[in-house]
Amino acid sequence: MEKFDVIVVGAGPSGNAAAYTLAKGGLKVLQLERGESPGTKNVQGAILYADALERIIPDFRDSAPLERHVAEQRMWLLDENQSCTGATYRDARFSQEPYNRYTILRARFDRWFSEKVKAAGALVICETTVKELLRGDQGEVIGVRTERAEGDILADCVILADGANALLGERARLRPKVRADDMALAVKEVLFLPKETIEARFNIAGTQGVVIEIAGNITHGMVGTGFLYTNKDSVSVGIGCMLSDMKKQSLTPYQLLEGLKQHPSVKPLIEGAEMKEYSAHLIPEGGYKALPQLYGDGWMVVGDSAGFVNAVHREGSNLAMTSGRFAAETLIELQQAGKPFTSGNLAAYKARLDGSFVMADLKKYEEVPALLHDNPHILGTYPRVLGDAARAILTVDGQPKRDKQKQVLAELKGKRSLLGLLGDAYKFWRAFR
Amino acid sequence: MNAPVEFIPPRINVEEKLFQDRYRVDVGRPHIQVRDPQACKHCAKPCAVCCPAGCWSVTEQGGIDLVVDGCLECGTCRLVCDHDNVDWNYPRGGFGILFKFG
Repeated sequence: MEKFDVIVVGAGPSGNAAAYTLAKGGLKVLQLERGESPGTKNVQGAILYADALERIIPDFRDSAPLERHVAEQRMWLLDENQSCTGATYRDARFSQEPYNRYTILRARFDRWFSEKVKAAGALVICETTVKELLRGDQGEVIGVRTERAEGDILADCVILADGANALLGERARLRPKVRADDMALAVKEVLFLPKETIEARFNIAGTQGVVIEIAGNITHGMVGTGFLYTNKDSVSVGIGCMLSDMKKQSLTPYQLLEGLKQHPSVKPLIEGAEMKEYSAHLIPEGGYKALPQLYGDGWMVVGDSAGFVNAVHREGSNLAMTSGRFAAETLIELQQAGKPFTSGNLAAYKARLDGSFVMADLKKYEEVPALLHDNPHILGTYPRVLGDAARAILTVDGQPKRDKQKQVLAELKGKRSLLGLLGDAYKFWRAFR
Repeated sequence: MNAPVEFIPPRINVEEKLFQDRYRVDVGRPHIQVRDPQACKHCAKPCAVCCPAGCWSVTEQGGIDLVVDGCLECGTCRLVCDHDNVDWNYPRGGFGILFKFG
């Protein structure tokens, strides 16, 4: 039986970052992917964060399939079907090279990344689903079992980059089953429009793009957000909500998405577009407190499979790539020192994570998932009050402004007691400081 | 001031959406199965609401019907089931959803 230094399961951003770095470092790497080609099973919004990729492939901009650079960011609070309260940040410096963030289409991007992995010297085998991990006498991971005939493959270390469902770790009892409380379900459509139409509707030119992150009652009281990202000749529109909330109500994910698309602030932007793909994906949003054991004898877990998502800032692929790189660098260092891939030695992977933005950011917001879970009114009440206040103040109808102010305050107090308001403010400050 | 417009949940045929997606169906080898169909009869069936592909539907007899051909392989049904009644696997390599854009 052929044996590898490392087997990487999965060819998303974390798996590709790991496999690429390992191959460049001279290790014998096998990467297994269940899709027909890398990317065909993968879904993201998607924003690519240049910094994380630059640290792996410095000249990625020369060949990667990038859609648009982010020139403008909008934050919108939408109610169910009428109003939009928003903020826009546009900065000429966002349009100075090198750009910091790009929109991408993952199927194309992942295929490109995989070509880089192969060129670096890793063996990449697609159309192969890994069924389970192989264990040695001491319980250490010694390889993987695939569904193919004679499908057992051995390695000194297996990197689990198998995505949000994290089935392999669960089946091997290396971690508990992921919980509905920690998972958001996001659905998305890719809507095609002529390039010129997109540029006119979003006030952009060249490779400029716009990112709109959306909160408010479009989620009908559930903890969740929506988004609209501009690509070259398409727009990605999606919405996601926590599964624990979704299972308690009666709107389907596609009804939520349709509600967003029909919203009067969104509809004119996508009018006349041709929908060419509908997709869905789970996002691990449990944050720091939901992280599983990250390494053990002969294994490490990276990316979504480890739950590396900063839900507050909508970041994931950068944490994925960085964790994949750290896992690879840990193995390269150990091999060069002639040390085995034992749990004690692989603790260096966790140390790298702890010393980086990955853990720092996850730890910073560790209270946020619980805050939102226990206080769902925060995402519903305040956007509504803000919208109502704006409407009252901006509607000119002969009523004195002082009366309008009183009315706004009375409505706020009617929805939330003074003590409740103070409590929310304190909890917010605690969770986001 | 103007009265608020009531939100009416849109009627959506999810199959029209899925029609745009590319699949390679593993005929006769569903990757998701119900462990005990009897257990579904007395359940609120969150799977039927939460599945983004409409794979799960409530039957006239109050049971559950599962057709995995349109599955987007997200894993939602496994996690929303309170009875651990969903035997969920990824399809065989190369089969299932094939995202063009992702």
